[in-house]
Amino acid sequence: MNLVAVNPAALPLLVAGPLLASGAAVLLRGRGRTGLVVLLATLTALLGAAVALVAATSDGSVLAHQVGGWPGGIAIPLVSDAFSALVMTVAVLLTLVCSVFAIATGPGRHRLFAPLVLALTAGVNGALLTADLFNLFVFIEVMLLPSYGLLVLAARRRGTLRSVQGSRLYVTFNLFVSTVLLTGVALVYGLTGTVQLGELAGAASRDPRVAAAVGLVLVAFLMKAAVVPVHGWLARTYPSTSPAVTALFSGLHTKVAIYVVYRVYAVVFEGDSRYLWIGVVVFSATMLVGVLGAAGQSRMRSVLAFHMVSQIGYILLGVAIFTLAGLTAGIFYLLHHMVVKAALFLAAGAVEVRHGTDEIEALRGRVGREPVLALAFGVAAASLAGLPPFSGFVAKLTLVVAALDAGQVAAVVVALVVSLLTLLSMLKIFGTVFAPSLWPGTDEAPAPAPVVAPDGGPVPGDGPLGDLARQSGTATLTATTSGEPGRTRATWTAPAVALAAVTVTLGLGAQPLLALCEVAALGLLDTSAYVAAVLP
Amino acid sequence: MTLALTVGVLVAGAAYLLQRRELLRVILGFVLLSHAVNLLLMAAGGTDRRGEPLGTDPDPLVTGDPLPQAFVLTAIVIAFAITIYLLVLAVTGSRSEAAGTVAPGDDDDPHPDDLDTDQHRTGQHQTEQYRTDDHRTVGEGSTP
Repeated sequence: MNLVAVNPAALPLLVAGPLLASGAAVLLRGRGRTGLVVLLATLTALLGAAVALVAATSDGSVLAHQVGGWPGGIAIPLVSDAFSALVMTVAVLLTLVCSVFAIATGPGRHRLFAPLVLALTAGVNGALLTADLFNLFVFIEVMLLPSYGLLVLAARRRGTLRSVQGSRLYVTFNLFVSTVLLTGVALVYGLTGTVQLGELAGAASRDPRVAAAVGLVLVAFLMKAAVVPVHGWLARTYPSTSPAVTALFSGLHTKVAIYVVYRVYAVVFEGDSRYLWIGVVVFSATMLVGVLGAAGQSRMRSVLAFHMVSQIGYILLGVAIFTLAGLTAGIFYLLHHMVVKAALFLAAGAVEVRHGTDEIEALRGRVGREPVLALAFGVAAASLAGLPPFSGFVAKLTLVVAALDAGQVAAVVVALVVSLLTLLSMLKIFGTVFAPSLWPGTDEAPAPAPVVAPDGGPVPGDGPLGDLARQSGTATLTATTSGEPGRTRATWTAPAVALAAVTVTLGLGAQPLLALCEVAALGLLDTSAYVAAVLP
Repeated sequence: MTLALTVGVLVAGAAYLLQRRELLRVILGFVLLSHAVNLLLMAAGGTDRRGEPLGTDPDPLVTGDPLPQAFVLTAIVIAFAITIYLLVLAVTGSRSEAAGTVAPGDDDDPHPDDLDTDQHRTGQHQTEQYRTDDHRTVGEGSTP
């Protein structure tokens, strides 16, 4: 049953809309906040469109549009099924929330922030929709080019050398990976004479040479997803930019790569079971190495970046199992992880913006009474580790059950051990930075938060944003909030709180989303509907 | 065969340059590497069994394949843009590695900030905080 009828010819709008808005925002950049209005309005409209897309594809139907009206096989097809619609919904939601955080904390007020984020959104949507490998390469680049700008975004004359150094690594790494991807595309075209996913359906399971060529494409995307042993770049580049941009990237870049791995392996390999063991080994190693790497880090964002590597192993384990239960669990895990990771980065980011550092030891006892922020971080951290009743528990439980059914006992053992280590690592941050602010009696004496931070920290309540914080603060915080000095502003806290609320909702009411994920997984197991839509 | 050998030589040169320490040489390595991949894309069009795109028999089996050429054109533009950006990154901050911040002259932004004064003030506060953090961490990387 179709809840909503969506005309497939509207699919290009999901890419063209943000691109046009990006151009408009560039033209409007000199006019105060109009650019930001364009940004938030476009993202809200996209969120509505993505939700409509989920509703339209929730029965397993596939929407496809041959761009330009060319016949199938010549045109570049844009396709949406339940999987891409779900990922797009969460991606746009995260972009919206992270943009609000960026605007509240500073980097979002740069005149080029709105155009860059809109172009980034266009690239992400395009990569999620396209069914053509070369077009995918182009959209990945459309996604990456604004990201390079966002990485070094700072107020005028305030750029830091650290963000330039992080950016050098990020750009060289991504240029290299894109070259590898292009090599793979060239080999695929040389062997098969096409790069369209519909025409390539099943080609890799029939011909090992095609499997090697598409394998190169997959390797490129696994590198972009920061899978061990190519994970070092992520932990070194993500903490180098502003907290808002880190949160934004954590929800988009690696996750788009994971989406592509799921899609390409399902369509071109048709879930070929001969190669699955490679995935099980590599992704188990990713889980373990990521969490062990986090143990050696002393900065919050570095710890969180390493945990991201570890969690990416979990998500990809779903595709390495390739059963209905495994794919469902993997897709659910992907959606859950996008939300939770961004919540953690935003909560840690609010502390970092307020106190000027994210060194865990330096923050010991410095965070004042922040019950809401502490709660948001605690909920997200528990969800990341997989404690009930949050979405992480549902995600891990379904994944572990699916892996047991598939006989991957070793991977299950690794997953459970890593969960425990994740919990310990999260407790390290929570206990040192956030817990004292929940129970002030235990830790009040040694370090009350400075009234006006000596490092020039902003006092809540100055400027128009302070007014905004006071107005909205009554809703989320107690009435005394803005009166008490040293407290993080409500606008800095609200994004993390909103995402933490999402993970609670997904944990308590997981059934509807699990059902949607199952529809998406069915679409990956049996790709005939997808192929038929791509090749009319 | 000529194409294959050229690709091999270009990749060998790129592999050597990518392992240098100086960012400029790494960038030159990327230039060679993207040339190599572009030639690979051309070869993927079946240069051994096809003629020129124009001037020969318009038989689809014999005439040149236009698709890889369109691919190469797109790839050249993208690689060019990123190479320029990498060159900017290589130059940015090189004058002030020790200072910890990018030199004011490196950002020749013609527009004054479009922020109103209050917002601008809070923005300054925040970035000052980043800087205090950065002073400590600068020098960890091994970038030239």
